[in-house]
Amino acid sequence: MTLLSQNISVLAVILPLMAAPICVLLRHSSLAWAWATAISGITFVLSIGLLQQIMENGTLVYKMGDWDGPWGIVYRIDEVGALVVMIVAAIAAVALPYAKLSIEREIPKERHYLVYCMFLLCIAGLIGMAVTGDAFNLFVFLEVSSLSSYVLISLGNDRRALTASLRYLIIGTLGATFYVIGLGMIYMMTGSLNMTDLATLLPEVQNTRTIQVAFAFVIIGFGLKLALFPLHVWLPNAYTYAPSAVTAFLAATATKVSVYAMIRLIYTVFGDVDPFETYGIRGVMIALALLGMFAGSTLAIYQTNVKRLLAYSSIAQVGYMVLGISIGNAIALEGGIIHMFNHALMKGGLFMAMGCVFYIIGSTELKDMAGMGKRMPLTAAAIVAGGFSLIGTPLTVGFISKFYLVQGALAEGWWPIAFMIMLASLLAVIYVWKVVEVMYFQKPADGDLSYNEAPLAMLIPTYVLIGAAVYFGIDATLTSEISLNAAQSLLGGSK
Amino acid sequence: MTAETLVLLAMGIPLIGGVFVLFSGPASENVRDGLTVITSIILFGVVWQLIQIVDAGGRPTITLLEMIPGLSLTLSLEPLGMIFAGVASFLWILTSFYAFGYMRGHHETNQTRFFFCFAIAIMSALGIAFSGNMLTLFVFYEVLTISTFPLVTHSGTDEARRAGRVYLGILLGTSVTFLLTAMIWTYVEAGTLDFQKGGILEGNAPAGVIAILFGLYIYGIGKAALMPFHRWLPAAMVAPTPVSALLHAVAVVKAGVFSVVKVSVFIFGLDTLRDTGASTWLAYVAAATILLSSLIAMRKDNLKARLAYSTISQLSYVVLGAMLASNIGAMGSTLHIVMHAFGKITLFFCAGAIIVFAHKTEISDMRGLGRKMPITFFCFFVASLSIIGLPPLGGVWSKWYIALAAAETDQIIFIAVLMISSLLNIAYLMPIVLYGYFGKEKPADTHSHGDDHDHHHAPPSHPMLKHLTFGRPGIIAEAPVMCLAPIVLTTIGCFVLFFYADRIRLFLTPVFGG
Repeated sequence: MTLLSQNISVLAVILPLMAAPICVLLRHSSLAWAWATAISGITFVLSIGLLQQIMENGTLVYKMGDWDGPWGIVYRIDEVGALVVMIVAAIAAVALPYAKLSIEREIPKERHYLVYCMFLLCIAGLIGMAVTGDAFNLFVFLEVSSLSSYVLISLGNDRRALTASLRYLIIGTLGATFYVIGLGMIYMMTGSLNMTDLATLLPEVQNTRTIQVAFAFVIIGFGLKLALFPLHVWLPNAYTYAPSAVTAFLAATATKVSVYAMIRLIYTVFGDVDPFETYGIRGVMIALALLGMFAGSTLAIYQTNVKRLLAYSSIAQVGYMVLGISIGNAIALEGGIIHMFNHALMKGGLFMAMGCVFYIIGSTELKDMAGMGKRMPLTAAAIVAGGFSLIGTPLTVGFISKFYLVQGALAEGWWPIAFMIMLASLLAVIYVWKVVEVMYFQKPADGDLSYNEAPLAMLIPTYVLIGAAVYFGIDATLTSEISLNAAQSLLGGSK
Repeated sequence: MTAETLVLLAMGIPLIGGVFVLFSGPASENVRDGLTVITSIILFGVVWQLIQIVDAGGRPTITLLEMIPGLSLTLSLEPLGMIFAGVASFLWILTSFYAFGYMRGHHETNQTRFFFCFAIAIMSALGIAFSGNMLTLFVFYEVLTISTFPLVTHSGTDEARRAGRVYLGILLGTSVTFLLTAMIWTYVEAGTLDFQKGGILEGNAPAGVIAILFGLYIYGIGKAALMPFHRWLPAAMVAPTPVSALLHAVAVVKAGVFSVVKVSVFIFGLDTLRDTGASTWLAYVAAATILLSSLIAMRKDNLKARLAYSTISQLSYVVLGAMLASNIGAMGSTLHIVMHAFGKITLFFCAGAIIVFAHKTEISDMRGLGRKMPITFFCFFVASLSIIGLPPLGGVWSKWYIALAAAETDQIIFIAVLMISSLLNIAYLMPIVLYGYFGKEKPADTHSHGDDHDHHHAPPSHPMLKHLTFGRPGIIAEAPVMCLAPIVLTTIGCFVLFFYADRIRLFLTPVFGG
């Protein structure tokens, strides 16, 4: 067991990475699916082990190939990293069983192996981003996950999926390129790429124009990837036209990992520089976060396609996370981190429910969902529960996130921001209730109210996520404890 | 059986009953209705025992679960909460009987969903009554809003949908924007959300912050229907009358004003309110609400709308009593919760009977109706006297104590407000009774009514639904026994409460002093 526990952090990356090409060899759709599901299950177990280890022993440092940092690539996982790894692995482990029927419905059979191969690559890339302690390695895994997600999105059965994927490719590559430019400047000034090493080297050069520009580049780079307003334009189309299982997975993981990367940059790499104070960007970040919250929620209200509505809602939710990061005290940061977890559950569950809807009626337009309350009561109930979580009703995870974020804002004395968080939740009431009214109060065009529910294989994963969204809203002690530890160790500086 | 177990039972019984209703409903109507009645009776039995325990000085407390580190969902019983719990659980029994008569007489659909949501709503009302800290109160407050939404929009028509939007919009809007903010702010300032006698903010926050917080709380509790956030109440009248009767005369609105009193006494403390003057401006808002809504009530021809505005006015009595920041005033408020509940539920029961069995919704169509439904109109008359505040009905005592509090705190203007309000109550309630008994019937046909469903004239089969026709065969007759019995019982309740008020006052001494 010692071998396992020593190498657990790298195993979580290597396993899906090595397993991905095997999907290509296993051409057959069901075999590829079974293989991918098994691997994701094992990765999930590994991620739990990793989290437990971190909770007990503190930050884990792993040297690749036993080369010492800062020249060798070092993996460094603290609480927030372990939490993110677990989020990715958990969502993958739930999404892959769900994906079998959903992918069969939406994608031609001869392409299924590609889907599962790219899925595994994406998982590897995202987990790699979360475990690495080297800034360039971060870029490598960023590109691995991005490239695989471009392919995944393009496989959607709507013709617009290709264009959406291309747009995401261009904007995403822009983001990655910005990051690597910034990183290059940092390397030039400090000579190091290791995150903890940079933390000690950067304060000396923090006021040079090069580093200031570099900081701007890296933040904008990740801002593009996490869909910070106004850098979000790729997201609505990408989420709407991608296959349902892909949207469920990406919506729940990709933006979260980019938020994590931003946290890592601000609080660890530039931790001793304290960029909010030194570069004065707190106001800008908070403003952009609030704009994202309101723009995302308002635009969601006017959507006629429910997947697109949820996509705009995601932009708003990312705003909440960035707000938590920017307010800067432990409670707000805890709120931002716990919202990464909570949103993954909510949105993953909601997009899975939408996948169930598409499976039965072949459309995700709101008007086609009339009478869903009678036709697909379980799916409709899942959507209602997820909607309540978006609003932030107590007994759902959304309430917990909001509680901490508002507490953080009020602890700083910024009650206007607290109010704005509440007002944005009210906007969520409007767009959630739009969907609820159509599902429960309208009759479908053909008048057919017969029961035709999605298959269990799709409903169960949906309810696992929605159920978790309710469970962790009722008993948030575990997630709160993890997030608080994470926030405190981040604010304590980089060690 | 320990007190704690009883508390858990009290919360669990409506929930389990509701689930049984959900499963038995599609199978057998009678089983489902029987289950509802049995559940309500057992529940009241448990609540009554808890009242005895609290009366003897017990304060059972349970922590249900820890939600966030440091904040739990806790139930902690004390006299104020038990009053609300007792009223809600007792009247649920009567409403269940009334609802059978009404829903079957009205041939309503989706009755299973109806009774299930009712049970959940009662459970949340009890959760509010038993709450031991503000977080618990908030959680059950929101559950109450959401569980009553399907009840308000029961008929599924466009009108119901629009009303549902107003209902949810105002209640969720106020609770999320004001109440939740106030709650979290309190937590930041005081470090706890527990209800404690004398409040938790004393010394923890500057006076200005206390004043703002108090305003946020009171407006955040939208269920108290304080103007300008009162529109949800008349909108909710689109619901079937049993809903209007129990929820919007008893459970939902009483949850609102109960929360107002509870927050005033246990989060802020009446002394703190007096010292900081945080409640004074709100007393004037309450007074304005009392008078304005009474004036609006006078102009409404639709009976349920008139009763809705009357409710808004009466709720502000409770708010006013608490805003006077005196023990007598808050005690008067609590008494009024009981008196108004019995009085208003009677009025709504009568209104429902008139709608279903006489097919009349507008007051101007009800001339002479009293001669055909004499018992119903007599009960309406007695309940109106209680609302107006005349002896020997219970309503006189609550008004008395609030007026006394106004005098004690040197705010005489509110005594004037109470008197004018009583006169206005006479003006909008008495004509209904007088025209009912002595008015000349309109020559128009008996099918002039405001409701737009088609009615089936086949007589209902259940023996308890047979109409009492007083020897005069005809389409319009007195309400059936299943509806009439609850009406008569609540009317007798109004009378009994006149003599029982002092016992209630004694029960509340631990909270409000001698």
